[in-house]
Amino acid sequence: MEFSFALLTNAIVAGLLLGGFYAAVTAGISISFGMLDIVNIAHPAFIIVGSYIAYIVNIELGVDPILVSVVMLPAFYALGAIVYQVYYLSFEKRGQESLRGLAFFFGLLFVTEVLLLIAFGVDYRSVNAVYIGPSLRLGSIEFPLRLLVPCLAALAMFAALQLFLSRSFIGRAVMAVSQDPLALRLMAVDPTRIKRIAFGISIATASMAGAFLIIIQPVIPSVGRDYIGRIFAICVLGGLGSLPGTLIAALLLGVIESLTSTFYGPSWAPAVSFGILLLTLAVRPSGLLGR
Amino acid sequence: MRTPVFILCEVAVGAALYLLFRHYGNDYVFFAGYTVLQYIVLATAWNILGGYCGYVNFGSAGFFAIGAYSSVFLHTVGQNVDDIATGFLAGPMHVIFPMPVPVLIVFGGVFAGLVGLGTGYLTLRLRGVFFAIATLALAVVLQTLVVNWSFVGGSRGAYVIPPNTVPVFGPYIQYLFVLMLILVIVSLTTARLIERSRLGYGFATIRDDELAAEASGVPTLKLKLIATVLSGALMGMAGAPFPYYLGYVEPSSAFDLSYAVNSIAMPMIGGTTSWVGPMIGAILLGTLQQLATVTISSVGNLLIVGLLLIGFVIVAPNGIVGLWQNWTRKRSKP
Amino acid sequence: MSAPLLQVDQVGKRFGGFVALDSVDLTVGEGERVGLIGPNGSGKSTLVNCICGTLHNETGDVIFAGEPVNGLITHERTRRGLARSFQLPRPFMSLSVAENIRVPLLYTVNARSGHHLSPAELDERCLELLKLVALDGKAAQYPRDLTQVEMRKLELARAVAAEPKLLIADESMAGLSHSEVEDIVSLLIRLNERGITIIMIEHIMRAVMSFSQRIVVLVSGKKIADGAPDDVIKDREVVGAYLGQ
Repeated sequence: MEFSFALLTNAIVAGLLLGGFYAAVTAGISISFGMLDIVNIAHPAFIIVGSYIAYIVNIELGVDPILVSVVMLPAFYALGAIVYQVYYLSFEKRGQESLRGLAFFFGLLFVTEVLLLIAFGVDYRSVNAVYIGPSLRLGSIEFPLRLLVPCLAALAMFAALQLFLSRSFIGRAVMAVSQDPLALRLMAVDPTRIKRIAFGISIATASMAGAFLIIIQPVIPSVGRDYIGRIFAICVLGGLGSLPGTLIAALLLGVIESLTSTFYGPSWAPAVSFGILLLTLAVRPSGLLGR
Repeated sequence: MRTPVFILCEVAVGAALYLLFRHYGNDYVFFAGYTVLQYIVLATAWNILGGYCGYVNFGSAGFFAIGAYSSVFLHTVGQNVDDIATGFLAGPMHVIFPMPVPVLIVFGGVFAGLVGLGTGYLTLRLRGVFFAIATLALAVVLQTLVVNWSFVGGSRGAYVIPPNTVPVFGPYIQYLFVLMLILVIVSLTTARLIERSRLGYGFATIRDDELAAEASGVPTLKLKLIATVLSGALMGMAGAPFPYYLGYVEPSSAFDLSYAVNSIAMPMIGGTTSWVGPMIGAILLGTLQQLATVTISSVGNLLIVGLLLIGFVIVAPNGIVGLWQNWTRKRSKP
Repeated sequence: MSAPLLQVDQVGKRFGGFVALDSVDLTVGEGERVGLIGPNGSGKSTLVNCICGTLHNETGDVIFAGEPVNGLITHERTRRGLARSFQLPRPFMSLSVAENIRVPLLYTVNARSGHHLSPAELDERCLELLKLVALDGKAAQYPRDLTQVEMRKLELARAVAAEPKLLIADESMAGLSHSEVEDIVSLLIRLNERGITIIMIEHIMRAVMSFSQRIVVLVSGKKIADGAPDDVIKDREVVGAYLGQ
C-alpha cells in the first residue's frame, strides 16, 4: 500500500468521525455499566433494533432515520425501564447479579438477534437519505457526509447527556447512585427509581445510535456482536463512569481502527478493539479518566 | 460411590448406548448422538468455570474452534509433509503425520488450555465481569485471525476428508462417536472429582464470596486459573474431531454463536451446582434442537434455546436439578 | 522485650482526593488484647483492610511476625497467621456451617508446611471449633438458617479455624443484645487465653473496656490516642472527638 499524506489524513479524519459515532454507541453502556454496574451486554441488540426501526419507517414513509430515532426515544426509554424492572426483581434484589444477570442479558442479546433474523432475514439493509453519498471536500481531505452527519448528531446527543448528568437533579442522582446509595436514601430519593430512570436513558440512546449505525453502514442482525468488543474496549479505556473519558477513548479507537483498516486491510479491524481492551486491562484497568 | 466404580458405570452406559445405536444400523443416530455428546462435554466444561466458580465464559465458541482449527492445521501439515519436511526433519515428520484423531484431541486440548491460561492471567485478577467480556471479545479476535490465515483455509474454509471406514467400528462416524463418548466420560469424571475434592470447596468459596475466600487462605487466582485451563482444554478437545465430523470447516460454522449460547444455556437449565446438571441440560436441549432443526428451522430452534435460557434464569435459577431438589425436599417434610 | 507481632509503620491510604489513613503507627505485642475505636468513617476498616492485604497502602509498611508483608496478597498473609472477621458477616452461603469451618482448615492449616491434617483430624478439628462457639448442633445447616449472633460466631470461628497468631475482630457485636455481647467478649477472651493476639474493633464501649488491655483511638484517619483504657477514656481529645460526655 503506497503511503501518502492524503491517505493518512483521510484515514485519521474518517477515524475521528467514526469515533464520534462510537461514542454515541458506547454512551448507553457508560451509564448502565459504568455508573449502575449492570453488565448489559445486550445493548448492541437494542441498537440494532433501533437500526431496523429506522429502516422500516425510512423505507415505508421516507422519513429521515435520525428523526425517526428521536421520535422513538420515549418508546426505547420505556423498554429500558421495563427491562431494568425485570432485572431488578429477578437478580439485583436476590443478590445474584453476577452469573445470572450476565446470562439474562446474553439470552436477551441472542433472542433479539434471532427474532430480527426471522423477521428480516440475512440481507443487508440500508436507508436512504440526502446525505448518504456526497462528501464535503476541504483541499485533499474528504468528509463523507454519511459519516459526518451521524458524527455531529452523535456529539450533540453526547453533549446533551453530559449536561443532563452534571446539571439536573436526577442526573446528579444517577451519578451518585453507584457511589453512595445510602446517602441518596437519606435524601428521600429511591435508588431503585433512579437506576430505572438511568437504565431507561441508556436504552434510549440505543435508539439514536441505531439510526446512526444504519446511516454509516448496511445492517444485518449479527452486526451487533461486532460492536460488543468495541463498546467495552471504549468503556474500559475511557474509565468506567466517565462520559468525557468515553468520548476520548471512542475517538482514539476510531482512529486506530481506521488506520489499521486503511494500511492493513479491513479484515483486521475487529482485532483492534480486543487488543486495546486487553492492553488496557493489563496495564491500567481504571482507564484514562476512570475513578 | 468411589470414582473407579463411577468410571466403570459410565463405561457400561456408554458401551450399552453404542451397541444400541449400532443395532439400528443407520448412521443418522450416530451423527445426531455425536452432537449431543459434544454438547455434554461443552456444557460440563463451561460449568467448571461458570457454575462452580461463578465466572462466566462467553467465548466457548472460541475455545471449541481452537480445537477444531488446531486439527485443521495439523491435518494440513500432514497433507503437505512432503513439501514441509526437509533435511533431518523428513524422517520423523513422515512418521508423526498424519496424526490420528486421539492425538489431535490432545493437541486441541493443550492449545485451548494455553489460550485459557493466557486470557485468565490477564483478566482474572480483575472483576469477574471483565473476564466475561474478555472471553466474548476473544472469540471475535480468534475468528478474525483464522479468517486471515490462508494456511487453514481462511474464510473459504478447509476440507478434511476422513476415510470412509475404520477397522473394528466400520463407518467412520462410529469411531468419532466412541471418541466423543470417551471425552464425555473424561469430562464428567473430572467434574465429579472436583466437586468432591478440596478444589471443589475452593471453587465454591470463590463463587460465594471471593474476599472471604482470600481471608480464609484460598489462593483465588491460582484456583481460577486452574478452572479456566481445565474448562478451556475440555472445550478444545471437544472441538478437535469437528473437522473430521463435518468434512469441511469454515470460520462461521466453527465459531458459531450457538456454541456460546448452548454451553451457557445447557448448564443453567440443567443446574449449575452439580455435574449432573450440564449433562441433563445437554441431553434435553441437544435432543430438542435436533428435533426442532428438522421440524421447524435451525433459526427457530435457536430462538427456543434463547427463550428457555431467559426463562430458567429468571424463574428457576438452580435449573432442573434445583427444581428436583426442591421437590424432594418438600416431599420429605411432614 | 521481644519483637512486636504486628507493626504498622506510617501507613497511609488515599481514595482519590480523600485521605482515609494518615501516617498511622500501631504496634501490637504477642498475646495482647487491643481495642481499636473511633467514629464511623475514621478509617478503622480501611486500616484492617491494609493490614490484611485487601487494600494496598500507598505509603508505609506492615510488618507481621518480623517480616514485611507489603506485597503479599491476602491469602498469603492469612497463611502466615493473620486472620480477620468481617464487619458484615460474609459466610459461604452455599456451604454448610461445618463446611464453612472446613475451608480455612483445608486451605490455610493444611497449606502450611509441617503436619497435614488427615480427613479424620479435619472432622475432629471442625467439631472442636463448632463446639467452641456452640454451633455444633447446627453443623449441617446453612448460614441462611442462623440467627444474627450465630452468624457472628460462625464468622469468628471461621477466622480462628485458620489457626492465626493475630485475629482482628471487626465489629463482631453490632446490633446484639446485652447478653449476646457478653457472650462474644468471653469467647474472645477465651481465644486470647489460648494464645491468639486479638485486636477488637468496636463501638460498644462496655465491651471494649472489659476486653482491652490497651486502647487505640482513630479519628479521621489519624491515631489520636494509644494507651491504658482508663487513661484513654479520660483523654480530652478522645472525649471531644468520639466519646462525648
